[in-house]
Amino acid sequence: MPLFRDEEYLRVDFEEEQEKDEALWEKCESCGKLIFKKKLQENNHVCPNCGSYFFLSAKERIKTLVDEETFVDKTKRIESDDPLNFTDTQSYEAKVEENQAETGMFDAIIVGTGEVDGRPTVMSVMDFRFIGGSMGSVVGEQIVGGIERAVEAELPFVLVSSSGGARMQEGLLSLMQMVKTASARELLSEASLPFISVMTYPTTAGVEASIASLGDVTIAERGALIGFAGRRVIEKTIGEDLPQDFQSSEFALEHGIVDSVVERDAMRDELARILSFF
Amino acid sequence: MSEEKTLEELEEQIERLKNLHSRNGLDLSEEIDTLSEKLRSKKERREEELDDWDRVKLARHPDRPGSEEYIDYLTEEFYPLQGDRLLGDDSALVGGLAKYKGESIVVIAQSKGGDAERSQQTNFGMLRSEGYRKARRLMELGEKFDFPILTIIDTPGAYPGKEAEKRNIGGMIARSIATMVSIEVPTVATVIGEGGSGGAVAIGAADRVLMLENSIYSVISPEGCAAILWNDRDRADEAARALKLTAVHAKELGVVDQVVEEGPEGAHEDFETSARNLDQAISSHLEELKGYDKDALMRKRREKYRSIGSYRKVVKKNQEE
Repeated sequence: MPLFRDEEYLRVDFEEEQEKDEALWEKCESCGKLIFKKKLQENNHVCPNCGSYFFLSAKERIKTLVDEETFVDKTKRIESDDPLNFTDTQSYEAKVEENQAETGMFDAIIVGTGEVDGRPTVMSVMDFRFIGGSMGSVVGEQIVGGIERAVEAELPFVLVSSSGGARMQEGLLSLMQMVKTASARELLSEASLPFISVMTYPTTAGVEASIASLGDVTIAERGALIGFAGRRVIEKTIGEDLPQDFQSSEFALEHGIVDSVVERDAMRDELARILSFF
Repeated sequence: MSEEKTLEELEEQIERLKNLHSRNGLDLSEEIDTLSEKLRSKKERREEELDDWDRVKLARHPDRPGSEEYIDYLTEEFYPLQGDRLLGDDSALVGGLAKYKGESIVVIAQSKGGDAERSQQTNFGMLRSEGYRKARRLMELGEKFDFPILTIIDTPGAYPGKEAEKRNIGGMIARSIATMVSIEVPTVATVIGEGGSGGAVAIGAADRVLMLENSIYSVISPEGCAAILWNDRDRADEAARALKLTAVHAKELGVVDQVVEEGPEGAHEDFETSARNLDQAISSHLEELKGYDKDALMRKRREKYRSIGSYRKVVKKNQEE
């Protein structure tokens, strides 16, 4: 899908990545330097040469946030059943299967419990590689499941968004996940449990216009894309080009949409610090 | 449309027979069954005649009655309220206090405008951040005074503009949804024309969701969907079919509680029938909702949205390693 571009993030060609898996080196598409893969991993997927952020899968993201050996995967064993019987260039069912094979995930999110600097949380992390991180029935159900787990165990709820919005291939049912997640979010409020929303690249459309925007504290990773409508749609509507920083993390901070902009390296400490108040 | 007339006549005839049957103790069940079967097959044929893309065109028909007309028909009195108390008034969001069947309610409606001048003012029904903030203000007003809330949905989608993004339109939609699911008064939402994506669902998180027969409700416009899938907006008709965006589909998906019939000619030709049917539907849903105490109302609403979605258990595969 032709989604969004941001210079701080690198567009990852997943097929290529699979092939390159064997390779020891990865090229930074921002500065062009070849980086030793192991070093890149150690550096939270930040280019040691120019500071650009490489894309993080949900699993990699979790590794950057939770204490070692504390994460327990509680993702429900569910998958899409293609309620619309949707077919475009390929059937949605085949698309899901293909994405499952490529990512090793059931759908675009991992939910589990994990400690952030010794503080237990329910941690939900979306994965952009899986159909643009889009929210359909499964992602909605996993988020709600995570919230319910947090309420049951009296834990803070953390959601790291990386999503282009609602999943088109599940039509109206995807749209309704906006209500489903927003409704479940009330459970946290009633239990006085904090919800920390972390917006990364991208947090847009139906996800931005629902659960991701309902955090008690909302932080953006540097280089995120945060907004409702797509850049091209807006440019077409208003008939002018938008500034480069439009819908960036800094833009969101300036317009009162997020509480802070955080570097990837500092995200774990930032989360721990926020959690310490609750 | 002569065949459609017989459809109504058939309904009347069945009704008459049923009355006779129950009042006079005559056994007419065979005749009733035969006629009912006839009616059913006729209705099915009509369904087949109107393709999903035809419904999209009907939902967007320039002569299709808008929110103002329904408010005028449904309420005995309407006192519009304006402004979001921060930045301004969004005329694409019409709302205020109203009397419905003698009782005070709050109306929150999206307006496409109608004539050229009003359409400009309302951005053709595309709400800005101010509109969603105003909607929330009205929801809170309703809750404070225990007034039931009626929302009317008719929007191609939220306004995709620079200012709207600066004013956190996504966050405003999110908060509008969150407010609507948590206010402790009965809520009924009706899609009368276009239910365009997040901009529509912002005022759609109701206890009961109704759709007029020729309205549509979709996660993305058919044109937008076609552009993404095939890079070709002209294939919107195919996208419309794939998206299952009609009222009947929405009911099948469990998203909508009732499809309100418009009569054979459609609301743009015969407003009276649509409005009358909608009036009946709203009043019966409201009556039922008013019968619940607050706990039951909130529990039912929560269950409704808790269970929305469709998925299956994974049998073999493992997630990650």
